[in-house]
Amino acid sequence: MAVVEQNLPSPETERPIGFGRLKRKEDARFIRGQGTYLDDIRLPGMVYGAILRSPYAHARIVSIDTSKALAHPKVAAVVTAKDLETLGLAWMPTISYDTQAVLAGDKVRFQGQEVAFVIATDEYSANDALELIDVEYEPLPVVVNARKALDPDAPLIRDDKIGQRDNLASPTWEAGDEASTDAAFAEADTVVVRDIIYPRCHPAPLETCGMIADFNPQTGQLDIYNGNQAPHAHRTVYAHVAGLAEHMIRIMCNDIGGGFGNKVPVYPGYVCAIAGSIVAGVPVKWVENRTENLTSTGFARDYIMHSEICAKDGRITGLRVDVIADHGAFDSTAQPTKFPAGFFHIVCGSYDLKASHVKVKAVYTNKAPGGVAYRCSFRITEAVYLVERMVEALAVEMGVDPIDLRMNSFIAPEQFPYETTTGWTYDSGNYAKTMRVAMDIAGYEDLRREQLEKRKKGELMGIGISFFTEGVGAGPRKHMDILGLAMNDGADLRVHPSGKAVVSISAQTQGQGHETTFAQIVAEELGIPPEDIEVRYGDTDRSPYGLGTYGSRSTPVSGAAVAVVSRKVRDKARLIAATMLETRPEDLAWEKGRWYVKGDPEKGAMIEEIASRAYSGEPMPADMEGGLDAQVIYDPPNLTYPYGAYIAVVDIDPDTAQVTVRRFIAVDDCGVRINPMVVEGQIHGGLAEGIGIALMELISFDEEGNCLNSSFMDYLIPTALECPDFELGETVTPCPHHPLGAKGVGESPNVGSPPAIVNAVIDALHETHGVDHVDMPCTPARVWAAMQGHAEPPQ
Amino acid sequence: MQTPASFEYERATSVDGVIAALKKRGSGARVIAGGHSLMPMMKLRLAKPEYLIDINDLTELSYIREEGEEIAIGALTRHVELLNSELLAEHFPLFRDAEQVIADPVVRNRGTIGGSLCQADAAEDLSAVCSAVKAKAVIRGADGERTVSMEEFHVGPYTTAVGAGDLLIEVRLPLRAGAGSAHEKVERRAGDWAIAAASAAVWMDGGKIAEAGIALSAVGLTTIHLSRAEQLLKGKAPTDELFVEAGEIASTDCSPSADGRGPVDYKRHLAGVLTGRALRRAVSRALHQEA
Repeated sequence: MAVVEQNLPSPETERPIGFGRLKRKEDARFIRGQGTYLDDIRLPGMVYGAILRSPYAHARIVSIDTSKALAHPKVAAVVTAKDLETLGLAWMPTISYDTQAVLAGDKVRFQGQEVAFVIATDEYSANDALELIDVEYEPLPVVVNARKALDPDAPLIRDDKIGQRDNLASPTWEAGDEASTDAAFAEADTVVVRDIIYPRCHPAPLETCGMIADFNPQTGQLDIYNGNQAPHAHRTVYAHVAGLAEHMIRIMCNDIGGGFGNKVPVYPGYVCAIAGSIVAGVPVKWVENRTENLTSTGFARDYIMHSEICAKDGRITGLRVDVIADHGAFDSTAQPTKFPAGFFHIVCGSYDLKASHVKVKAVYTNKAPGGVAYRCSFRITEAVYLVERMVEALAVEMGVDPIDLRMNSFIAPEQFPYETTTGWTYDSGNYAKTMRVAMDIAGYEDLRREQLEKRKKGELMGIGISFFTEGVGAGPRKHMDILGLAMNDGADLRVHPSGKAVVSISAQTQGQGHETTFAQIVAEELGIPPEDIEVRYGDTDRSPYGLGTYGSRSTPVSGAAVAVVSRKVRDKARLIAATMLETRPEDLAWEKGRWYVKGDPEKGAMIEEIASRAYSGEPMPADMEGGLDAQVIYDPPNLTYPYGAYIAVVDIDPDTAQVTVRRFIAVDDCGVRINPMVVEGQIHGGLAEGIGIALMELISFDEEGNCLNSSFMDYLIPTALECPDFELGETVTPCPHHPLGAKGVGESPNVGSPPAIVNAVIDALHETHGVDHVDMPCTPARVWAAMQGHAEPPQ
Repeated sequence: MQTPASFEYERATSVDGVIAALKKRGSGARVIAGGHSLMPMMKLRLAKPEYLIDINDLTELSYIREEGEEIAIGALTRHVELLNSELLAEHFPLFRDAEQVIADPVVRNRGTIGGSLCQADAAEDLSAVCSAVKAKAVIRGADGERTVSMEEFHVGPYTTAVGAGDLLIEVRLPLRAGAGSAHEKVERRAGDWAIAAASAAVWMDGGKIAEAGIALSAVGLTTIHLSRAEQLLKGKAPTDELFVEAGEIASTDCSPSADGRGPVDYKRHLAGVLTGRALRRAVSRALHQEA
């Protein structure tokens, strides 16, 4: 077997000044259980909120009687839609320019929708009081199947929207070119058609969502404790929604127990907590429970994709896709405003297609709202799953090896920058090289031989391929924004007189290791040891404006900002050093941590000496202010385009249909790796999630709209026992436009792994059982049904 | 936060004290041991006991020991102790088979055999394990102690012969020569409840199956006792055909319902496959053909 771990830690690499394998600074507190999460925070005088939720998926609210709850001795207030209306807070905007009821007033539109908010002096009493509220409902017909949402007799869900006559949540949105795609299909040798479903799943962060809102009626200051992925954007939204002064709102995130896209949106519970604190004048804490998280907060995926792919002369030539997106009862899908279906149209994948045509329309259903980007750049996950399943199906139809078909169809290295048929400009890549590294680690030819031998013995083994290209690091302000806010990020670097530094960033870690990685960027650029650099984030009073962390944008955008701000400081340091060394700036050269005189390398100034000088009483360069600080806002010129080659090996029990992922090979090219250990940690986590999505995770509903997966008993997330020892490899194709040559990587393993696993399952069963498609999740029951020839799509 | 409704709590110091407290507090009282079924139900407010009697201090109910022709297991014995018991592994290896796939270490460190059996969830593994090995349950009430077979113990869904004022004290496993046993389970993920599971025990005599015990988990409203299959095997030499036939009976005699774990046809299929597999392993263990 190939050597997977090429960069084992050594004494020299354990404490790098700059890039390298540095142990995460934040882990000391996390692994000791000393992190500070929202529920750890207790403020003096704090009261507790709890939410009454709808048992029905669709019902008119006839009446709400709160009198018995109000009579509870420990209940301070019960808030309903009527109360919020007087504050102008009954409805709130979503991140997709739709509106969402904060508390349902007219009717409930999904099971678990927020109906009333109880405030009590302790959380037990708050929950007791929920049972004392009498709500009379008049049940209405329900639509849970997105395919039926547009039927003429489907019940109208959004009768609150003026002019809304059906359940269409968006106009049909298109990318690519229909005529040239028709032509490509007309001249094709082979065409394959499939309905590919990416079922509804959930990011399920281990820490659920919650907030403490602390409004000070004397000063008008609103302090918010809330683990979210975009604190500055949230503050702007609260200013708009609640009509509060933005400069009087402070959001503090503290430690966050996972986000994965689930902590991007603003949820009704947040607005209730804020309204409650404004009304009550004391801190109000609301923390949702697991069921609330799974059934009411941002789900992911839920795309029904009808697709066709074609080939001519052994190459993939065209792709045609028609999608129904299920957004639930309110459209709060996460996407940059100018892209109605997010980045789904990166669906052309890694292939040099002649033409493609993509259509997406969204519908409302009586299901929880969302469509958040679960470890995903705005629907790239669905796109990658689609194209990699379709390429696999095409290879099977053509009777060729799936890797050969990909190799024949890849965009060639010399074609970069490459403009896709749907209008994206891929920055760099050498796909065949990365594919070959994966094949070498896997021992691909040997695996195929093993598969044949096993098949003769009646054993089922499958090998699945996925080759993905992603566009991450949103994004250029000329192309994208969210709710009108440019997707840029700030960095503020202050080098103190002692030479130690604080760098403040607008990215918001939820466990990604920012305290380490961003310190390493400053260390690499300035030569200050990472332990002497404090990374500040997560407090809007102490960090620059920016759009936060999701869609693998931290290193592409914030990381670039930190590199640029470090270089600004370095440039200033050069001028100061020239004064110190009594020479001209252009006569100085830089080595890590030191400016020195080109002709006399012994003569130089260390960065801490320069910092000390900058704050001292000694002279500064003419016209220069003292201090050694800088700040920037970084506007990326393009997305970064990481890619990877993944190979899954699965075994299937022929009798019980249980799927075991025996091996998983992941070769990622995310450009330059700042901390390879952090990158690999991200890949391990994302692969585990991908195994969960491929094999077990599903949010489903019965015909009445009851959510069937409302706890971790029914919504399964994978454990270490389902994960093999991941075999990682890398190639490095630096991003040409990123100051460090880095690309995002966090979401790559989640995006790239499900198609590899599903392709492997089908590869195991195609020859012996004639299976040419299985929908996720590939549970034993679903795989067994496919083996019997009667698999049903998930609902 | 998931919060239970309010309840009162008492920490018991003796078995007699528990029996007395149950009588005094009436139908609103519940005994709590490991609490890994009861506490989640209380937090979801599916269960709202008014009074909890905590028996975790009754260490006299925690043991696995050989007593004459039986192995006696105290009701407060934790899953992890069943898992690690060499005595059980030697005589009834199906306990270790089952304990390796029951929930996760956190649950196994707290959960007890008494709690599992009294909860009597049809998907619970130990109920089938105890049925297969022909265990007897010792129950104490205000009127004294009584011993029942597992058939008598299982009254209905989540209902056992342990009445409102009773406490399960002990499980007794008869020791007989020629024993072999195995437990087979298919789950969607490690730690999940079974889609289906089969427990089998055989007692071999002169190359023939003198007696067999088979029970199924998760494929009916209660643990399924496969008495027809047990009768089929009695007195026969073990063959693959026989196991297949026993599996067919399992598929027929179980009564699964469709849920998130799978449809009825798949569960029936699994009941058959797992019954066959469990019997095959039980026999080979009895014949010392498997380590």
